Amino acid sequence: MFDDFLLRALVGGLGVALVAGPFGSFVVWRRLAYFGDTLAHSALLGVALGFVLHVNLTVGIVVICQLLAILLFASQRQRQLASDTLLGIFAHGALSLGLVTLAFMDDVRIDLVGYLFGDILAIGSADLGWIFIGGGMALGGLLWLWKPLLAITIHEDLARVEGIAVDRINWLFLGLIALTVAVMMKVVGMLLVTSLLIIPAATARRFAVNPEIMALLSSLIGCGAVALGLYGSFQFDTPSGPSIVVGACLIFILAFLVPGPGSKKALSRN
Amino acid sequence: MSEPLIQLNQVNLELGGRVLLENVNFELGAGEILTIIGPNGAGKTTLLRVALGLQRPSSGQVKLQRGMTIGYMPQKLHIDPTFPLTVRRFLSLACQNQLEKVLPLLAEVGAGHVLESSLQTLSGGELQRVLLARALVREPNLLVLDEPVQGVDVHGQTELYQLIGRIRDLRGCAIMMVSHDLHLVMAATDRVLCLNRHICCSGTPESVKNDPAYVELFGRQAVEQLAVYVHDQNHQHDHCADCSRRSCNVR
Repeated sequence: MFDDFLLRALVGGLGVALVAGPFGSFVVWRRLAYFGDTLAHSALLGVALGFVLHVNLTVGIVVICQLLAILLFASQRQRQLASDTLLGIFAHGALSLGLVTLAFMDDVRIDLVGYLFGDILAIGSADLGWIFIGGGMALGGLLWLWKPLLAITIHEDLARVEGIAVDRINWLFLGLIALTVAVMMKVVGMLLVTSLLIIPAATARRFAVNPEIMALLSSLIGCGAVALGLYGSFQFDTPSGPSIVVGACLIFILAFLVPGPGSKKALSRN
Repeated sequence: MSEPLIQLNQVNLELGGRVLLENVNFELGAGEILTIIGPNGAGKTTLLRVALGLQRPSSGQVKLQRGMTIGYMPQKLHIDPTFPLTVRRFLSLACQNQLEKVLPLLAEVGAGHVLESSLQTLSGGELQRVLLARALVREPNLLVLDEPVQGVDVHGQTELYQLIGRIRDLRGCAIMMVSHDLHLVMAATDRVLCLNRHICCSGTPESVKNDPAYVELFGRQAVEQLAVYVHDQNHQHDHCADCSRRSCNVR
């Protein structure tokens, strides 16, 4: 039963889940879910860019995600529009622009569903390379920024007074998230990327006593979701990306049946 | 006299067409406690942010003494409930995990019992004490406290102000704080700066509380209530030049 494509899918999926754990934790802590969604929505524009410029599609996605991250960071300094309004404009604007651009290219036929919901079973060795090199870089970068990022997550001004270069670290962090999102695209698709970031992290919260354990647990839970989803997809012939997300949701629900250390403390406190 | 820790020179700040600070001048010397009071929207927090270098003024100069360490206690701490953070970790983030430093500090501010508690479960008073301990971790020359007694009951407020006074006496650090409760702070400060976008009046607590600008700003009733707390009959009227020229009413 371990065909090549299935093994590649599993390895790629596990790799993505490992990277998604720590990033997802920060996304949850800093309430960046919508931000991740916006980056993912822009990916189709990246695909279109790849076709137009005849470059690797993943390169196109990475470039567009990075550009959008820069644009978002810069535009958050204005105070005219609330940031979720702004994100909504960028998310749907970028998605629609991507679809329209692709429609202009008569000779291009892409598997739109594959981009929207992921196609983990079609992962090739090149994709695996992207996942492990790109994802590894993102993870390495995050570890390097870990402590200052925690301080910024607690209180930006406090971090600034204590001498942390808040703006520069936020820039880098958004760039790393953009890279992660681009890498995750292949596995769960642009519409489901955020779910693989936040569901494992939300599940891990009840069992985590410190940020590091939460990040690690998120990775493990994500791996469980990938394994579960792949198995289900193979067994019942269901689409792989949504199956993984359903797997993550199942673990999330099941986790509520297990008493965690956090829940006991919360109860006794009340 | 030694060089002041902080010096603000004709600082103006305008954001989005609104004037937030107007021609603010003051300096803060070593070991001095300066309290900024004023009504809501007077720009107290903004002034702290400008003094800390977190907000660039539209014009004017902000000079901080070189090599000075600042301990900062922000007004609010919003930590998402999903962020697993104990008091121990919160404090050790500021000092490379030197726990032997953290424990005595926490005891000093009277919050030793919450070391292993999660930050989100602390009461208002406990959180303020933990924030104060965090501000002290790096052994500052200057403590900047933004409404340090916020969310604390009246009894706890008195205690906290006494604690702040003790911290200055023990450590000799200067303290700059924001407050809008008038009576409690009077006892624990050397100098008061009464702010309503511009500086209405400033001086010792005694001189400020009798200043017409102060009375106008806070209303006679509040001031008379204050008299109950500060037993003082032999006051002198000490007008500052700025007040006669400008109305201090909230515009």
